[in-house]
Amino acid sequence: MRSDIPLSRDRNARLVPVLVGVMVFLAVLAASGALALDNVLDRWRRDVTGTLTAQIQAAPGLGAEARAATDRRVALALEALRGHPAVASARALDDAELTALVEPWIGAGELLDDLPMPRLIDITLRPGAGGDTASDVARALAAAVPGASLDAHRLWLSRLMDLGEALGLLALAVVAVVGVATTLAIIHATRAGLTAHRPVIEVLHLIGAQQDYIARQFARHALTQGLKGGLGGFMLALPVLAGVGWLAAQVEGGLIPRVGLSPWDWLWLVLLPLGAAGLSMLTARVTVLHTLSRMP
Amino acid sequence: MADDWEIADESARLPHRPPGAEDTAVVRFERVGLRYDVGPEVFRDMSFTLPAGSFHFLTGGSGAGKSTVLGLCYLSLRPTRGLVTLFGHDVSRAPTRLLPRLRRRLGVVFQDFRLIEHLSAMDNVALPLRVAGVPEPDIRRHVPELLAWVGLADHLEARPSTLSGGQKQRVAIARAVINRPDLLLADEPTGNVDDRIAMRLLHLFEELNKLGTTVLIATHNEQLVRRFAHPCLQLNHGALTLRQPEPPQPRPGPRPAGGLQGGRMDRP
Repeated sequence: MRSDIPLSRDRNARLVPVLVGVMVFLAVLAASGALALDNVLDRWRRDVTGTLTAQIQAAPGLGAEARAATDRRVALALEALRGHPAVASARALDDAELTALVEPWIGAGELLDDLPMPRLIDITLRPGAGGDTASDVARALAAAVPGASLDAHRLWLSRLMDLGEALGLLALAVVAVVGVATTLAIIHATRAGLTAHRPVIEVLHLIGAQQDYIARQFARHALTQGLKGGLGGFMLALPVLAGVGWLAAQVEGGLIPRVGLSPWDWLWLVLLPLGAAGLSMLTARVTVLHTLSRMP
Repeated sequence: MADDWEIADESARLPHRPPGAEDTAVVRFERVGLRYDVGPEVFRDMSFTLPAGSFHFLTGGSGAGKSTVLGLCYLSLRPTRGLVTLFGHDVSRAPTRLLPRLRRRLGVVFQDFRLIEHLSAMDNVALPLRVAGVPEPDIRRHVPELLAWVGLADHLEARPSTLSGGQKQRVAIARAVINRPDLLLADEPTGNVDDRIAMRLLHLFEELNKLGTTVLIATHNEQLVRRFAHPCLQLNHGALTLRQPEPPQPRPGPRPAGGLQGGRMDRP
């Protein structure tokens, strides 16, 4: 496209793509952090909501007798739980599952015979159970079976999730601040461009150029600059994201859920440089129209 | 009244023109006063009319305000008092949207040319057509034609900085006339060219005038004024007088002092 205003020769204007690049780089990192965090939270939320784990202490002693006593306790607990109105289902974990759970810590073997292993019961709550359901179920359980307790991980996880959500909001705030900073920088660069090219703009103005004709040239230039910088910043952010992802994958043992981004997340991230370019264009246009409207 | 400005069709606006205004007036100053900021008034009560199809010179010593009068005509300045109408529009009250359309009916030759340095002669001349949205093939046909006519056929791609003063002036004139303006305003258009080219340019202006363009040329070249028999607006200490052309035979003696008033002058 032809341009009557030599905008691309401005030293001032050459800073704009660098600036937009840095901004998009930061925004991509912050946004991908927020998105990955949200994915983790989502998984936790799914785990936590509507499920509880009950723990039944093993009856003292070893051997078949003690095991039978423990089995009776589990049966009692299951009965009590299934009778509770808030419980949709309750299922005791079988020996194989229990062994698998403790295996990473103790090792395989005839453990259940050698150790007084507590038993675990997976409880699924009915949808729409209230906030105090857990303590209600815990009371019912404790009344039915001595030494039975409800796992408190639900509370612990919900606090962790609060923290995670706060961090996510913080990351989004960073994206917003980056957007504002970019806008201000573009306004400044556009004003500098208007001042530098005032003679040319005056001529265009006096020979009857509509404001739109002049604003279009600035907007087109800002769009190109914004795209250049935005895509550059995005490209720079990719290896950083890959590095962080690799580090996260090195953490073994399911201590933290697998960190990753879905295709939808990637779409959001790609929208950031494009959005920055669009923002540049719009800002330049509005700034130019505003300035021109005050010309005689 | 404000809504009337939105009507694009020129004839539709006729009934709303100020009472008493001649329909044929292209430029009309009524008791115009101008001051810059808090300074004294540059003009007071300046009144004149340029009827459609007229050809006027505007003379006066340097600093008399010739450029200021032109600036008021090409909407670079607004009167602080009085009324300036351009093609029947009160320029002080015309909405901003309308101004580019009015400006496109003007051709202006600036004293300092105001060529755009990074554009070739051809692109500079094409500018009024481009801002008006003329299709590119038409531009490529008309612009070289006109540049050839002003003797710059070999300089189509030249940047203004590589051209001589006279060549720049011809580019500026070509840019002013490329869109067949209804009103041509020229500020010292022959200041940098030799007599032969000055004559040629004046003949170009006369040609345009015959085709219906109203012409106002600011100059301090008395010889030129005498050679072309057109009425002359004389600026002197902020006052304007109209002098009708002298008889065709050049008279060697001193020209009439003071100048004649009346004719097309508006006396309020």
